[in-house]
Order: sequence, then structure tokens, then C-alpha cells
Amino acid sequence: MQQGPGHPLAEHPEPPRRPSGSLEAEVLAVLRAARTKLTPGQVRERLDARQRGELAYSTVVTIMSRLHDKGLLARERAGRGFAYTPVDDASLAAGQMSRALDGGADHDAVLTRFVSGLSGRDARLLRQLLDAGEGGG
Amino acid sequence: MRLLVYLPLLIPALAAVAARPLAARLEPRQGTWLLTAAAAALAGCSTVALALLAALAIAQVPVLADLGDYSQSVIQHHDPTSAVIGAVAAVVLTVAAVAVAVAFRHRARALAESYRRAARLHDDGAVVVQRGVSVEAYALPGWPGRIVVSGRLLEALDEPGRAALLAHERAHLAGRHHLFTTVAHLAAAANPVLLPMARAVDYTVERWADEHAARVTGDRRLVAVTIGRVAMLATPGRLPAATLGMVRAGSRRVSLAWAGPVPRRVAALLGPPPRSRVLLLAAAVLIVLLTGASAVEAAKDLHALLELAQAAH
Repeated sequence: MQQGPGHPLAEHPEPPRRPSGSLEAEVLAVLRAARTKLTPGQVRERLDARQRGELAYSTVVTIMSRLHDKGLLARERAGRGFAYTPVDDASLAAGQMSRALDGGADHDAVLTRFVSGLSGRDARLLRQLLDAGEGGG
Repeated sequence: MRLLVYLPLLIPALAAVAARPLAARLEPRQGTWLLTAAAAALAGCSTVALALLAALAIAQVPVLADLGDYSQSVIQHHDPTSAVIGAVAAVVLTVAAVAVAVAFRHRARALAESYRRAARLHDDGAVVVQRGVSVEAYALPGWPGRIVVSGRLLEALDEPGRAALLAHERAHLAGRHHLFTTVAHLAAAANPVLLPMARAVDYTVERWADEHAARVTGDRRLVAVTIGRVAMLATPGRLPAATLGMVRAGSRRVSLAWAGPVPRRVAALLGPPPRSRVLLLAAAVLIVLLTGASAVEAAKDLHALLELAQAAH
């Protein structure tokens, strides 16, 4: 995105663009304060007025889906779009834990996962076992 | 000392071969204890044997013989362990010490991180639901330990399935299973030949938790099916519909010889509950004790030899 100085022909000077990180933080703050799920449209309304003018609806949608990808927001279908809630700190810490441990080679050291991944052959074997078990009663 | 000292170096290879069959046959809790203790004991014995070989080689260095006031020729005459073997033993010993230190540091850090995170999860219960798209369930050791399950996984399971999953993870925390795997993997760091034993312990703690879940829910098949379902959810795109038909048409015999842990766990749960196998257990303990005895004897021999050399000087 081009971040030039204000357009010389504009009637009033454009306010300085914020880095996207600070917008993310403000969107998160709005959602935390709301204590209920919000759609991007509702979030945009609650952002302070000065900012609302410069923020397109699609920008808010982009920011919120980015936050969702980062695991900071949970979402569910609401009409044609999504409604979002902030992921609570406990879940967040858990998510960070599994990510942190996935990053290191030694995560098996402490985490006993319910299942490990299946190879293609293991998956076939598993199906075979469960099907045979069904036949036997 | 001549041959006895090599026994603690050979037995771990035998144990490595026996580890997987033992893990499959022993009752999981007994198997975990046995395999962990055996791995630690064998790692200790093989380290002692290496130290003895290295010490014997060092004792043949003329300068040291003068300093220590013993006869170098007596040692050479009674125990012609070559300097080459001794040097190799010393190098292997050093590498092993470094490997254990590194492995210990990794594990200690991972555990500390886990405890810190678990403490931060000040949720009401022991179960923390993790939002997001992944299919995850694991026990997070801590004080108290936590069970982390992704919301997506909880949604995918029905109530009995959830009960089985949580019972399994609770068994990990209550049994402090991470300590067993840590000890076994440290033993494998000291002696890489023991790595299959450490893997076997990874497996038996899962089996231990599975059997616990089967007891709690009263339904072995439920636990088996839940493991299967979660494994398939966690591995998307692995099972094209065609495979299903093919397998049904195929033979009924399922070979688990090269299978990964998940099919083996499911097969074990679909079979009868494990019985404790006293004879097998006793045989395994006996072999470990013999290894320990031979290491002690070898050490005694070295001591006697040094005394002899000193007297001869």
C-alpha cells in the first residue's frame, strides 16, 4: 500500500495512516470491551468517530479475519458474514503453548498428545481394525 | 573383567530389540515401570562399563603408573585391553555426557515452560478449551496440570467420546507420565542404543492412559473408537472413500508388525484387557540385575588389579 504524504489537491490534509498493528489492537480493544460477539460492521461503528471516516468496511473485515487467523478471535457464522469474539486469555495461552512447543523439536518431552498423526498405512490399518471390530460385535 | 565388562555394553542392544514386544505384551503400568527402570539401569551399567575400559587404558600410561606408584606391566599382563579400546571408550563416554547434559537442558526447559503456562491458565477447571481450527488434545504437566482440548475436537465428539478423551488425559497428569518418558529419553541420550526403549515407554504411557479411560468409562470399544475418530480428524485427507471398500474386501487379518502407535493402541483396546505377566516381568528384571552384577564385578576386578599392580611395584 502506498503511504505518501497527503494529496496536495485534497481539501483537508489526510490524517497520518496508522500502522496496521495499532488498528488490530484497537479492534481487539473494541471487541474486549463489548463482551459480546460483534460483526465487522458493528466493530466499525464502535471505533472512534475520527477513525471511522478513514476506515473502509472491507479494511475492518480484513483486520478481523487476520486476527482470526492469528488465533486471537473466534468467529461464528452470522447471516452472510461472521460475528467475532475475542479468544479469552486462558485459551490464548494454551494456543501459544502448543505453538511454542510445536516450534521446538522437544515438544514431545512434556506434551502427551491424545493421538499422533497417522501415516497413510496407519489410517488404512485403523479403518480395517475398527471395521473388523464392528463385525465381531 | 575381560569379558564381563562387555556384557553391560551388549545387553542394551538385546533390550532394544525386546522393547517393542515387551511394550505390547506387558500390562501397561507394569510395562512403563519396567521399561523406564530398565532403560535407566542399563544406561547406568553401560556408562560404568565405558568408564572402566577408559580407566584401564589410562592406567597403562607410563607416567601415571609412576605417579600412582603401581606396576604398569602387571596391568598389561593381566588385562591386555588395548589402548585403542580405552581411547574409544573415553571418547564415547565424553560424547554421552554431553548428550545427556543437552537432553536434560531441553527437557528441563520444556517442563519449566509447561509449568509456567499451566499456572497461567487460571481457568476454573482442569480442562482448557482452545479455540481455533486445529484438532488438538494434550495434557500439560504443571501444578496443577491442565488438559487442553480444542473446541473443534470437543464438538466433533459425542458425550461418551469426550468422557473417554478426558479420562485418558487425566491419567497422564495423575500418573505423572512425563517423568517416565523424561527418564527413558535421558537414558537413551546416554546410550542411543536404548532409543527403542524410550519409544516403548512413550507407547506404554499412552496404553496406560487408554486402559485407565477404559476402566473409567467401562467401555473398551468406546475408547478404541474415540482414538480412531480423533486420529482421523487430526489427519485430514488420509482416507479416500475408495480405501474403505478395498479394505472391506481384503483379508481380515491385520498385521501390526510395522504399524504406528495409534493402530496398535486401538487393536489392544479391541482385544481383551491386559493381564499382568509375572514370568515375563521376572525374566526382564533378572536380565537387568545380571547386567548390573556384571558391571559391579568388572569394577571389582579393576580394583583388585590395581591393588595387585601396586603391590608388585
